Amino acid sequence: MIKLNNIIRSFNGPKGKVAALNDVSMNLSSGELLAVKGPSGCGKSTLLLTAAGMLKPDSGEVLYDGKDNPYNYSPDKRSVLRSGLIGFVFQQFHLIPYLTVKENILVPALSMPDENNSTRAEELISKFGLEHRSDHLPGQLSTGEKQRTALARALFNRPKVIMADEPTGNLDDENADTVMDHLKSYVDDGGAVLLVTHSARAAKFATRTLNMKSGLIVS
Amino acid sequence: MNVRQLVIKEILHRKLNFALSLTAVIIATASLVCSVMLLRLYDIKTTEILHTKEAELKQRMDKLKDDTRKSMLKLGFNLVILPEDQNLSDWYSDDYSTKYMPESYADKLAASDIIYIRHILPSLQQKITWPERKRTIILVGTRGEVPNEHLSPKKPMEQAVPDGTIVLGHELHTSLGIKVSDSIKLMGKTFKVKNCYTERGSKDDITAWISLKDAQTLLEKEGLINAILALKCLCTDDILPVIRKEVAEILPGTQVIERGSKAVARAEARIQVGAEAKLTLEKEKEGREVIGKERRRMVSVLIPVILFACALWVAFMGYINVRSRCEEIGILRAVGVSSKTIFMLFTYKHIFIGITGGLAGIVISGILTFAFTSSAPAVQKALLASFPAVKLGLMSVIGAALLTIAAGWIPSMIASGQDPAEVLREE
Repeated sequence: MIKLNNIIRSFNGPKGKVAALNDVSMNLSSGELLAVKGPSGCGKSTLLLTAAGMLKPDSGEVLYDGKDNPYNYSPDKRSVLRSGLIGFVFQQFHLIPYLTVKENILVPALSMPDENNSTRAEELISKFGLEHRSDHLPGQLSTGEKQRTALARALFNRPKVIMADEPTGNLDDENADTVMDHLKSYVDDGGAVLLVTHSARAAKFATRTLNMKSGLIVS
Repeated sequence: MNVRQLVIKEILHRKLNFALSLTAVIIATASLVCSVMLLRLYDIKTTEILHTKEAELKQRMDKLKDDTRKSMLKLGFNLVILPEDQNLSDWYSDDYSTKYMPESYADKLAASDIIYIRHILPSLQQKITWPERKRTIILVGTRGEVPNEHLSPKKPMEQAVPDGTIVLGHELHTSLGIKVSDSIKLMGKTFKVKNCYTERGSKDDITAWISLKDAQTLLEKEGLINAILALKCLCTDDILPVIRKEVAEILPGTQVIERGSKAVARAEARIQVGAEAKLTLEKEKEGREVIGKERRRMVSVLIPVILFACALWVAFMGYINVRSRCEEIGILRAVGVSSKTIFMLFTYKHIFIGITGGLAGIVISGILTFAFTSSAPAVQKALLASFPAVKLGLMSVIGAALLTIAAGWIPSMIASGQDPAEVLREE
């Protein structure tokens, strides 16, 4: 579904260029929950953003469905491509503070207004057990509720892939397991998840695990 | 949910940022509208003041004119038409002309279309010794005023003396003990005293008036007169040359003398006062025009400065808004919202600030203007009548919206051009 071939991506650091990804290749298929593990700064998040079409590599190739390289398109076209294919979950949730739970879930609908959007949002609210929090602002939610809201938002457009960057990093074990259960359920339904984590507990839910160190996949 | 709803929710969430931008737009709009209103108010007040001053001037001039007319009537004729060959040195010393002209000249003058001369009085005047009383007197023969045929009749300044009657000056009748209705002899002819004048303090006090016909007979000057007295119109300045020219055309062989008098001096003073008053009014007009221009110039400098400062402030607040919403922009971009939609998200907000700020600015300007003019309802009414409120209001709102769009353009561009990966990677 998403294939990365020989990706090199470096950043300018105080002591010159630092390679965040050094000739990385990987493949993510439907029905797969691929966990990428490694210490902080090993390039996990860079790998995720590059795979998501948000961070152009210095060299190498990213392919969606074996044909579309998102970096061949303009940023806006890439954005459209991404909205139909990928959903995001982050450690910090990134919920919009002045929107209610339902409105946050509806954010991906800004680009594609549809009369069924509200129904879709309510389905997700129900699925993630957020009915009683539907009209609450993020500031009024627990961290588990926040992450479930973020997960519901990621699933709104029925993406083929979820990019999850440390989704359980701020959660207690119970909430972390709930989130991972949802991701597992999504994979079981045919979706694919690229999970970046350093949590062994979260990685246990993965169907496959990659270990990274200093921009390289080591195992 | 759509972009507009998102904008409203964001405004309600970040009230301070919105309020600060809005305040700048309100100040700019109110400054603009108030400046226009104050300039208009100044024009209205100027017109009102000038109208009042013009009315006062007219009233003053009318009064002076009326006073002068009355003085002129009291002080008598101010023009004398004499035969051209009369030596003026002799005339001034003897006070009567020794040369003669036809009596018909008076009729000819009255029948002409001359407009600067009124109260035409033909006379035959001579200093004589009253043989029966051994007194030197001035004998004046008059037939009364000849009315101007083409002008509306005026009350005569001098009444005609009927044939066979005589009117005596104060000195004559008092010193000689003559009374009204007495019969007296003058140069062998008997006259009945018709009137005895009170003291005038002039040569009139030693003058005897008889009819022109009687005078012509006694002085053996049938059909002749030696002066035409008249009253010069003082409606405009410097018309004596015009009168002289016209009289010379109507009555060839004559000359026109103007008698200096208090009335003339007063008339000249009136003209002088009028000229000065007009000059003062002109200066007032010029002064107010200069002040008006100065105010317009000041407004034309001040308003762009205020608008520029407002734009700068709105841009600054827009930039702060973009900076504080980096995470939000990042996630919006990540979930597929286009840069164009992000741009519109910020631009809609600036349009909203412009429109609400513009409307609030107009309302505040209106309230301020009403408060400022509440003590002068007439001025307020005139201001409202002359004020293109709808047009100015519409222009101000559109202008404010355009200003905020322009001011927010760069922050909106920064927002729409923001790299979502930069934001999300910083996590």
